[in-house]
Amino acid sequence: MLSLTCPCCGITAEETEFHPGGEAHLKRFGPGSSDDDFEGYLFGRKNPKGVHFERWRHSHGCGKWFLVARCTATLEVFASYSAQTTTPPVDVIKAIKAKRPDWEGYA
Amino acid sequence: MSNAVSALNSERHEGFVTVSEAGLVGMITIRSDQASKPLVKALKDLGLSLPPKRGITEAGGLVLAWMSPDELLLICPHDQAPAHTGALEAALAKTHALVVNVSDARALMHVRGARADEVMMKLSPADIQQLPAGEMRRTRFAQVPAAFWRSGREEISVICFRSVAAYVMGLLEVSARPGSELF
Repeated sequence: MLSLTCPCCGITAEETEFHPGGEAHLKRFGPGSSDDDFEGYLFGRKNPKGVHFERWRHSHGCGKWFLVARCTATLEVFASYSAQTTTPPVDVIKAIKAKRPDWEGYA
Repeated sequence: MSNAVSALNSERHEGFVTVSEAGLVGMITIRSDQASKPLVKALKDLGLSLPPKRGITEAGGLVLAWMSPDELLLICPHDQAPAHTGALEAALAKTHALVVNVSDARALMHVRGARADEVMMKLSPADIQQLPAGEMRRTRFAQVPAAFWRSGREEISVICFRSVAAYVMGLLEVSARPGSELF
């Protein structure tokens, strides 16, 4: 079972108290963008085995969105952090590197 | 004006703990920047201080609970709710804030008894044993959202939406049946 900590209210709870919101840090391509960019924005996902960045909502708690860095293979959570970030913060990257030295990094 | 009636008309069940609906209770949702000065002042006028994260403050029959980083819940006697709502609205008129009287959209239940925790443990994924007094815990009760706090010695109060009050009462009643104690 996945156990997450909401950075907005500080509660640590198991995943049924939250709702997943898909991959984090997507760049939106809207009206005026090329078809390829738009398709990539809609359907192109990293879907890695290993370190992954996700959006979650504390739907049965404070109701806020936040982001989580976790391992899709082991369910290990490296960090949860504010949704108001466009790329993973430095301390989150550091926390992941400490546990997964051979991780290729966020690109 | 029509008579206000609570969701379950103070329904009550005796199991290894007593489960009862609280009847009419006033609840006011305040959505605002919690650090905003007009809000802090308006609460001070009610004798209330701003609760810490997930905390609860009480004064003179009023309970103020931290619900999320931009949301507070004021629990008061049902007949006082319109007046408090009006006063808070007036105080926050010039700020980006929302005050709504949600008394009739919610239900409040009490679970009373030495084993009240065990009823909660059956229904919610929250870590009940670690729940301190004076903390509002918003979580899930089986399939619906709920919030609860330790409102007294051996008493836990549960807030849920009025539309699911009968469902939550059913959950509590079944979970409190004698012979189904956890420990």
